[in-house]
Amino acid sequence: MLASTAKPAPEAPALVVRGLSKRFGGVQALDGVDLTLCAGETMALIGENGAGKSTLVKILTGIHAADAGTVSVFGRPFAARSPRDAWAAGITAIHQETVMFDELSVAENVFMGHMPLTPRGLVDWGTMRAATAELLDRLDADVEPDTPLKRLGVAQKHLVEIARALSHDARIVIMDEPTAALSAREIDDLFRIVGQLKAEGRAVVFISHKFDEIFRVADRWTCLRDGRHVGEGAIADVTEADLVRLMVGRSIDQVFPKQDVPIGDVVLEVEGLSNATEFADVSFSLRRGEILGLYGLVGAGRSEAMQALFGLTRPTRGSVRIDGAAVTIRSPADAVAAGMAYVPEDRQVQGAVLPMGIRENLTLAGIAAGPLARFLSRDRELATTRRFGGRLAVKAATWDQRLRELSGGNQQKVVIAKWLAMEPRILILDEPTKGIDVGSKAAVHAFMSELAAQGLAIVLVSSELPEVLGMSDTVLVMHEGRIVKRLPRAQATPEAVVTAATGGGHA
Amino acid sequence: MSTGDALGRRGLVLAAIVVALIVLVGLRAPVFVTPSSLLGVVTDTSMLFMMVLAQMAVILTRGIDLSVAANLALTGMIVALVSRAMPGIPIPLVILLAVVTGLALGLVNGALIAGVGLPPIVVTLGTLSIYRGLIFVIAGGQWVTSQGMSEAFLAFPKLTVLGLSSLVWVALVVSAGFWLFLARTTAGRGLYAVGGNPVAARFCGIDLTRQQLLVYALSGAVSGLCGYLWVSRYGIAYSDIALGFELTVIAACVIGGVSIGGGVGSVPGALLGALFLGVVVNALPVVNVSPFWQMAISGAVILAAVIVNTRSEQRGGKLILPEARRAGRGGSP
Repeated sequence: MLASTAKPAPEAPALVVRGLSKRFGGVQALDGVDLTLCAGETMALIGENGAGKSTLVKILTGIHAADAGTVSVFGRPFAARSPRDAWAAGITAIHQETVMFDELSVAENVFMGHMPLTPRGLVDWGTMRAATAELLDRLDADVEPDTPLKRLGVAQKHLVEIARALSHDARIVIMDEPTAALSAREIDDLFRIVGQLKAEGRAVVFISHKFDEIFRVADRWTCLRDGRHVGEGAIADVTEADLVRLMVGRSIDQVFPKQDVPIGDVVLEVEGLSNATEFADVSFSLRRGEILGLYGLVGAGRSEAMQALFGLTRPTRGSVRIDGAAVTIRSPADAVAAGMAYVPEDRQVQGAVLPMGIRENLTLAGIAAGPLARFLSRDRELATTRRFGGRLAVKAATWDQRLRELSGGNQQKVVIAKWLAMEPRILILDEPTKGIDVGSKAAVHAFMSELAAQGLAIVLVSSELPEVLGMSDTVLVMHEGRIVKRLPRAQATPEAVVTAATGGGHA
Repeated sequence: MSTGDALGRRGLVLAAIVVALIVLVGLRAPVFVTPSSLLGVVTDTSMLFMMVLAQMAVILTRGIDLSVAANLALTGMIVALVSRAMPGIPIPLVILLAVVTGLALGLVNGALIAGVGLPPIVVTLGTLSIYRGLIFVIAGGQWVTSQGMSEAFLAFPKLTVLGLSSLVWVALVVSAGFWLFLARTTAGRGLYAVGGNPVAARFCGIDLTRQQLLVYALSGAVSGLCGYLWVSRYGIAYSDIALGFELTVIAACVIGGVSIGGGVGSVPGALLGALFLGVVVNALPVVNVSPFWQMAISGAVILAAVIVNTRSEQRGGKLILPEARRAGRGGSP
């Protein structure tokens, strides 16, 4: 019922986009973009944030309408006015954050919106279960149709989403950063499925920031920059450096500035930090001015260990010393009092208090310390706000403007200024550049160097190898919950780090 | 403009509506706008003022306290029984007893919500029934009427100082306390943070459980205080006093601009919300509108308030388009 109709028409390409343009107000999101995708091929769509990838995907999936240009799907003109039109034409997108129904079963998720019906108009559960089982079977997914979705892990949810795409008999599958939350093994599984989709004659558009994945999975590439098509070709003919140059329009060595700063005394010593299931025997020391890179594959236990260190979760064992004195950290309040700040991965969602003003956001950490209720000093708050808000060049009408009214970029600045206003001595940065474009990354990295130069001790948790190698004085590699390698900057080669992270090279 | 102490544009609109309402009623019935009549409205609303502020503190943390009226009634019955048993007990001691009893009842909510981690609506719905039931149990199903209460017990709410009823004075002191607490202390600021973004508050070291214990205890203490005031003012205690009053309190919060989603609300705004309901309840009988219309009108106002809230939140979206950003603000402050 599904594979039979997926016959590629060899003469017509799966997807032809010509001169596609889209304007949002004064912003030209897409400007005459061309793209050609053949059946049975995987196309990597690359470009910085804001290059127009998402807009292109939204036009192809019927969420936005193009201003100009044509799209044809297997030789037929295509103009989707709704996601339903896109499904009908055989285009489905799998998104980074899966949008599904947690409380419903796998089968209901797969067939939501097009459930098979009995002649009386009721849901035909038998057919739906059987069809779901068949789809999951084709994906080699170890998932039961009746399992509630909430019991599945991220990788399994992705499989369900792919099954949903196949249930629409999608002939063009768009994957938007599908590996963001997957472990190395799960990524292997996903790539195997991509191969299978190709073998069935479907076309895949693969959007990723990770070059190793692009080189593994893609046949061809198309690069967008500032809404324009700036190049395309076969993946075999290019190097990563070529692609980065095309994406950013500047050379790669500008991307990770490193700055040598004097390394001071030991500030933080962590000894044998363990918890029952996620990490064990995490020990390290951190000096003033030092950036300690904590690298590992997703699921290696890095964030979990750092969250335990910060008091967000309780470790079962382990001791922490700051300036040589033992400290007990039972809650984030203890950690803040000890001079630690934790900048979480999703800074806007986990950091910005939207109904509050800039001043109140910036001084938030100050209110946690000390006795339950103390009087606030408006003058002191304003002084802090001017100092740190000014330093990050926060743009606002007044310092009491609500965060809700600021642009996303300005919200991020306020949130970062808040953590600096704590004047921490130890800063834990969790994936500080995840999901931001290459230009902004460089700004974040320059800022990190500056903070280290001021004597801050920094732990950098990152999944991006170039970032860890470029920024860290020392690299710690975690694998399956343990620190398996400690490398000073000079010895931290990509090969050494990756070998350790994948569990090789040690007894 | 700052969280907690400012009225904002919506507050000014509400104030204008309250004034317009008073003027309109005054045109039909001039007796309503005499100073003594208006003061009567304020006196009548004084308990609502206090209860609304306490409820606002709870709602700021994304919680809700449905047990406030039951707490008021139970505490009222307890102090009435104490007064009947010990007619000589000094009034300051009665007030202290009411506050402490209410606080203890509030801490039960706090412990279950902060300690056990149960949802506030479920916990306070449960304690609402328990407290109402306990009134019946401790009083043996009987009423305590003004004959059972001492003269001093009944005299306090009738006391007038500088032309204002003691009820208004208590409400003023409690309001000033709440304003100081919410707008000028770290703990008050913490409530806005916890409600505005619990995750961000946690990363800043703000302890949600401590905040929850605090607000439910406060809410209980204010309910207890109002328990004595209510029973002594109306001279009667039985299991059904202030029945459903918790809904009036929550309605006044919503009308006053307190966001049920937490993190948004100001003392002046909440007081205006209570004043609005106070004016409606007192004015409609004057112009011969049936009490059933009163409920319908306050319901319609609540819906209107929620619509205005939703609209303003939608309008205040993120500014992503460069030209919108340029239009939206001048530059660095």
